[in-house]
Amino acid sequence: MRLTALYLFASFSDFQQGRGSVQMPENYVPAFIFIAVALAIPVVTLAIAKAVRPDNPFGTKLMPYECGVDPEGSARGRYTVRFYIVAILFVVFDVETIFLFPWAVQARTLKAFGFIEMMVFLAILIVGYIWIWKKGALEWV
Amino acid sequence: MPGFHRGDYLLALPMMLLTLFALGVLLIDLLLDRSSKVINAWAAFAGLAFSAAAVHNIQRAFADQAARGEPSSPFFAFSGTLMVDRFAVFFFYLFLAAAAITILMSVRYLEVEDEHHGEYYALILFSVVGMMCMAAGNDLILLFIGLELMAVSTYILVGFLRRDRRSNEAALKYLLLGAFSSGIFAYGLSLLYGLAGSTNLQQISMALGNAMAPGKARVVPAVALVTTAAGLFFKIAAVPFHQWAPDAYEGAPTSITGFMSVAGKASAWALLLRIFLFALGPMRPLYVPILVFVAIATMTGGNLAALTQSNVKRLFAYSSIAHVGYIMLGLIAGTAFLPNPDGIRGILVYLLVYTFMNLGVFGVIASLRRRDIIGDELDDLNGLFFKAPTEAVLMLTFLLSLAGIPPLAGFYGKYFIFLALIESGHYALATLAVIYVAVSAYYYLRVANAMFMRTAGDRVPVTISPGMWAGLAITGAATVVIGIYPEPFLRMVNWSMHVAQNPTVAQLLR
Amino acid sequence: MHLGLFIAFAVICVAGAISLVAQRHPINSALSLIVVMGSLAVLYLLLGAEFVAAIQLIVYAGAIMVLFVFVIMLLNAGAEERTRGSRVAMALGVPGLIVVAGVLMYTLAGHTAAGQDQLAIGATYGPPVAIGRSLFREFLLPFEVTSILILIAIMGAVLLARYHAAPAPETRAIDPDEAGDLLQLAGTHGSAAGARERRRAEHRMREREVTR
Repeated sequence: MRLTALYLFASFSDFQQGRGSVQMPENYVPAFIFIAVALAIPVVTLAIAKAVRPDNPFGTKLMPYECGVDPEGSARGRYTVRFYIVAILFVVFDVETIFLFPWAVQARTLKAFGFIEMMVFLAILIVGYIWIWKKGALEWV
Repeated sequence: MPGFHRGDYLLALPMMLLTLFALGVLLIDLLLDRSSKVINAWAAFAGLAFSAAAVHNIQRAFADQAARGEPSSPFFAFSGTLMVDRFAVFFFYLFLAAAAITILMSVRYLEVEDEHHGEYYALILFSVVGMMCMAAGNDLILLFIGLELMAVSTYILVGFLRRDRRSNEAALKYLLLGAFSSGIFAYGLSLLYGLAGSTNLQQISMALGNAMAPGKARVVPAVALVTTAAGLFFKIAAVPFHQWAPDAYEGAPTSITGFMSVAGKASAWALLLRIFLFALGPMRPLYVPILVFVAIATMTGGNLAALTQSNVKRLFAYSSIAHVGYIMLGLIAGTAFLPNPDGIRGILVYLLVYTFMNLGVFGVIASLRRRDIIGDELDDLNGLFFKAPTEAVLMLTFLLSLAGIPPLAGFYGKYFIFLALIESGHYALATLAVIYVAVSAYYYLRVANAMFMRTAGDRVPVTISPGMWAGLAITGAATVVIGIYPEPFLRMVNWSMHVAQNPTVAQLLR
Repeated sequence: MHLGLFIAFAVICVAGAISLVAQRHPINSALSLIVVMGSLAVLYLLLGAEFVAAIQLIVYAGAIMVLFVFVIMLLNAGAEERTRGSRVAMALGVPGLIVVAGVLMYTLAGHTAAGQDQLAIGATYGPPVAIGRSLFREFLLPFEVTSILILIAIMGAVLLARYHAAPAPETRAIDPDEAGDLLQLAGTHGSAAGARERRRAEHRMREREVTR
């Protein structure tokens, strides 16, 4: 029974791979249509709005809106480097999750071996996580 | 199920142990208070020792192979991505020795700089893991990841003195230029992969052999060669790509300057030899002219720029660039498979002796660092002989060895390379190199002159920690012993060259 | 269909890249970069590299762009000033670019014409299943070493970004009349009529700062 299931899974993944490789773009036609529609909607709505609305700009109306008060100073200040550290840690752990994905789709065929290797991979990163935590880099003073 | 066996993991054991100890150091460091950070150094040292034992285990496997009367063949692991041959074992020992000596020399220096953290030692261990991947990789992906691991660890170590602007600036410059060169290198590797359809070095070699057959357009292989070589030349700091070296060497903590100038350089050379001999072997007629140009430019640029430096670390940065030029002559002189393997043998000997003498130099400079004195200007060496005679004499030994004066180790490195050059008929290059050796003697003696002939600016005695003493003793002894009694070391180099002369492998790689 | 999509997204990609270089404000450049990344992802998809296309979107167009925007905010970079640029760079760069592009196009076109040993699009390593298979067979060791590389990247980010275990922010007692101004300031906030009052309060505070 288990063997049959495994066989089915393996043949399914082969099937998927075959389809995915040979007829690649056709599989993604819905995605492309989606992108095209998504791009079209703002263009169309803005165009319609432009055509329909009355157009009467004057000075005060074009001012940036800040709670009804005249805006003062620049909106752009310098941000602290902590944003940057958090962003870079985000990128790093993002890359880590990317590596989880190919393992996840193969987890059943790889069985214990794949699991152990993936856990080694994660263990090394978890040490890093403990390290940044204890270093206080995650704290937002 | 992939069939990985015990043997696969045994071959990777040196790296696994180093990783394990490095992770341990990272975690232990969180529990230690400021006064007991030295435990990190001991843990890292233990990791290096265990790793060396694992390497010794692999070495014994080669001995067993020889005892059974089989021809020496490399051990492959992990689907052929890892190829541990004697060449790799030689470099493993070299990296471990360099890292161990660096750790001995670091403890006191870091305490003086007030930056004594466990990460320092963990990063050194991680970078050794990367170097091992570079020396034993048989696959472009492993080689590239090893290179990045080594390089990124070094970027961080260069900027380790967070309160020192020079250190920060050096790290930033090194990081930017290094990332750029890695990009060029990766582009070259991608072209190689495109040509061969495989990332395996042997497959690439075969594909290039076909691509280099007469009557075929060689433009893509040539572009691949040029970009790959440019990336590698950056890593070894050869002249058109050397700009980062003086800044990085000057700004880095002195102990790290020593480490990157020997271990970093040796690993880059291991990678370069792997790629140039094992993958790009069929393109030798194309790359030798490039090498000749770069070698001449490197010797000229390094030696002439070193003449006018007033900062000792910058001076030795240019001196190490010049040494890269000499080492490159070995690659011009001969490959491992041509009738003349002396060139490659010369490179290995050179890297071996260079490791000890250059680490010694930077050890002496690091020991001059005190709370108020940086000790890396040439004037800081003034009258060192009268303040600390032993150190001054050791420094003189290293300097003479770097200049290649006969009874010392440095002589043998140059001797084998120049011999190989003459044997392969490159008389003009050999003459030029000898002239530059004479030029280099000038700036080495300038340093000696400052130590012995000038009077000291202050009378503060130089104090040396036990770790530093051990490091200086090892490097000094090695420099003298290899010079006087080189046989065991030459035998070691010959042993590590053996695999390359194995006919089956040579045929595979040709 | 395939060719049409390729040409469309290749044009978008190149246009985005040109806009990236030509824009004067860094934020506009960053947004152009997103266009480049996105169209590159489509190009990868057309090559049959589904997984790489997904990574391109998640990591590059997503995470790395966040990083770029944070850097721009961190540096508070405004519009750049136009200079004429280096004349040497123009003299060498433009012909150099043309030569390199010409050589590459010539050889790649030549290869296509020769074209016996071409792979079908997406014949290898495209879908995540195939990636997972080769990751755990051929490239197990590089994969594990990658985790060390990621760990090093974490350490580098924290160590080089000069993260000292931050000292507590400097606090000082507010003297009473300043507190009055502050309260007044807070009170005026949001009411249009209070704007003048608010400006006066701020002026007072600034004067006090000068005299201090």
